[in-house]
Amino acid sequence: MAEKKTKKEHPTKKDTKTAAAKAAHAAKTPDKDLGKNARIGVYICHCGTNIAGSVDILAVQEYAKTLPNVVHVDNYQYMCSTPGQKKIENDIKEHNLTGVVVAACSPRLHEPTFRTATKQGGLNPFRFEMANIREQGSWVHMHDREGATEKAKDAIRIAVAKAALLQDLVPKSVPVTKAALVVGAGVAGMQAALDLANAGIKTYLVEKSPTIGGRMSQLDKTFPTLDCSQCILTPKMVDVGRNPNIQLMTYSEIEEVEGYIGNFDVTIRKKARGVLTPAEAEARGIVGGGCNGCGDCDTVCPVIKPNPFEMGMKPRKAIYIYHPQVVPLIYTIDFDSCVKCGLCVEACGEKKAIDLEMKDELVKIKVGTVILALGYDIFPVEKKEEWGYKKYENVVTSLEFERLICASGPTGGHLVRPSDGKTPKKVAFVLCAGSRDNTGIGKPYCSRFCCMYSLKHAHQIIEKIPGAQPYIFYMDIRSFGKMYEEFYYRIQDEGAKFIRGRVANILEDPVTKNLIINAEDTLLDRPMQLEVDMVVLAAAVQPSADTDRTRKLFGVSCSLDGWLLEAHPKLNPCGTTTAGVFLAGVCQGPKDIPDTVASAEGAASAASIPIHMGEVELEPYFAQCIEEKCAGCGMCVNLCPYQALSLVEKEGRKVMQVTEAKCKGCGTCGGFCPGGAIWMQHFATPQIIAQIDAFLLGGEQ
Amino acid sequence: MAEGEWKPKILGIICNWCSYAGADLAGSARTQYPPDIRIIRVMCTGRVDPLFILKAFVDGADGVLVSGCHFGDCHYLEGNYKAAKRMFLLKSLLRNIGLEDKRLRMTFVSASEGAKWAVVVKDVVDTIKSLGPSPLKEITR
Repeated sequence: MAEKKTKKEHPTKKDTKTAAAKAAHAAKTPDKDLGKNARIGVYICHCGTNIAGSVDILAVQEYAKTLPNVVHVDNYQYMCSTPGQKKIENDIKEHNLTGVVVAACSPRLHEPTFRTATKQGGLNPFRFEMANIREQGSWVHMHDREGATEKAKDAIRIAVAKAALLQDLVPKSVPVTKAALVVGAGVAGMQAALDLANAGIKTYLVEKSPTIGGRMSQLDKTFPTLDCSQCILTPKMVDVGRNPNIQLMTYSEIEEVEGYIGNFDVTIRKKARGVLTPAEAEARGIVGGGCNGCGDCDTVCPVIKPNPFEMGMKPRKAIYIYHPQVVPLIYTIDFDSCVKCGLCVEACGEKKAIDLEMKDELVKIKVGTVILALGYDIFPVEKKEEWGYKKYENVVTSLEFERLICASGPTGGHLVRPSDGKTPKKVAFVLCAGSRDNTGIGKPYCSRFCCMYSLKHAHQIIEKIPGAQPYIFYMDIRSFGKMYEEFYYRIQDEGAKFIRGRVANILEDPVTKNLIINAEDTLLDRPMQLEVDMVVLAAAVQPSADTDRTRKLFGVSCSLDGWLLEAHPKLNPCGTTTAGVFLAGVCQGPKDIPDTVASAEGAASAASIPIHMGEVELEPYFAQCIEEKCAGCGMCVNLCPYQALSLVEKEGRKVMQVTEAKCKGCGTCGGFCPGGAIWMQHFATPQIIAQIDAFLLGGEQ
Repeated sequence: MAEGEWKPKILGIICNWCSYAGADLAGSARTQYPPDIRIIRVMCTGRVDPLFILKAFVDGADGVLVSGCHFGDCHYLEGNYKAAKRMFLLKSLLRNIGLEDKRLRMTFVSASEGAKWAVVVKDVVDTIKSLGPSPLKEITR
């Protein structure tokens, strides 16, 4: 007997599929008896005192008992706990419920939990409806017990009205393409791509610039270990370049995105590089040809441009590589400045790697999941005019300082000041240059890693320049990581001077080009003036220039500051509200290198799950056509942004037909259909009207 | 409730991805706002049939708020544009039948704008309170 019961409770996969097929069919047309004989169970959650503190639970419970179709009402401390869920499971059987309403937190948090409990109780999981009486109830009306209680009663009445009309629905399973896309090949994108590739997943790594490596490759050393950034990054770059599972697409941009989790169709614009890789050359029948990075072209190119990798402090040619360690080691022509003189073609000779007539190419790929690792840019700190950046030569940004102090940088690692090439002795570091700035010019947030790299910079000048004195103007020192606080004390001991106070303005001595800093020492409570040789602004970080365009292509939201928004800041930090799209690194918000790599590994893990599962379930909120009502006007066909609807000939007339795989369930068609012929599953017109009626008429009936 | 004090009945139909998440964020941040609004969640404001709003006014709503994602941010590409168009037309219809079009409001609140949600609700409640009970209530009764 017990065995039999167990079997019934846990149907085999085959059973489920057969039942699913039947239910799916049943849901396609609205049930004539929908709502008749509905038996609803209502559960009110205390959420400790989160709800019970502002809502009169017992009054709400008594009220819920009076609602039509409600046959059972209960309340519990924590409905999401195992005993809370067990109540639902048991009551469904005991009271023969046809629908379940839980009045608790937001459905965005616990709808899946209670759907599972509903299913465990033997009811279709879509027979569940949630009343949000916490996020949109008790928490926002904390001091208005009466208001919160009345609102909770109404929210339950509205939910019960919908629950009575809910239908059995079956999620659609779709296969997942066994490939992933990573956008952006900084350290985050590289790590994510390597993890995915090593997990056996074909990974496309798309990078807009000609090489991978991102911001980290521009850095000299990394805090607090002081290991050379390129030394630890280059091996990773090489790994990425030679991993057979990674298809590297540098100098490429995302052009178009279609589809959904498991089945994204992405179009990538491969920008015309003007230079053929050995493989491309071979494809054109040039034996042993293609670019091998020899640099003969570079030598003869007459066009000189500033190299953005060196923050414009070193020249490059119109045909260029950013630095000797680029991956892939292939030259790129900057067609905006190329004069097409043909000298490079001549110099390249038999390799025939250069094609001055090359055009952009569009490449289509199909992937199951996507990771966005779009990185960051430096805040244009010249907006803070008082510090004179771009006005005074000896005021530089931290990223410019990185290149100036780097052995492979424009000065070969000798720190000199830009105005006269002299070695600076007194260097001031201005922290929070644009961060934690509520003036409307800067950024309100903390850029998180500037404190630490400024400490590193201070150390570097003490180490490299005998007798040099760094001054650090700070608001707070935030040394938040492992061994970071210890690093802070080390730099203090090495002799860096810390002055707490925001720099008011910086003036230049026109003769010596020295800089005069006016600031307030808030610890000594007095204004101060200091003359230094050079100023380094620890500029705020902001989302990279392409972030907004790219996020819109993938349907990912952003915060007010433009950083990409995670699905949940605590519980789903790598996911987004677009299923199958994940976030890695700084595009989500400022992170230092360890946090960036950790987030990339998290994103890679999350993105590999659907791929390894092989199929994903889509919420079955598809549009359905009620054919007897459809006039075949075709308005909905044009409204659908996904081309999911079409008109088909049936019994001598035209009716709308839905391609379920394309329908995402927005309901834009259902919101328009003049004949009411579209049945939006789970958000059907009668269900919404019942909610409206319940709110506005229900209370007075 | 004090005797005779009128409380407006305001229906909010809001999208799951932006405004509902924004309203949830207002809750997590414990941002306080007036309780005179009841929420119905749809996946997208594009789902909002003008019929729903008319039905709400016929049923005796004093105000209706439709809130979705910012333009360009719609989870479903362009549902919010279509909703905005419909609301625009509906407002003109409301004016034509003699109902103040301020009773219908469409706003755009993103998932990160919890504070804005509270401001929006307060503003809607204040507007409806200044307009008083819907005149349709007398007619339909």
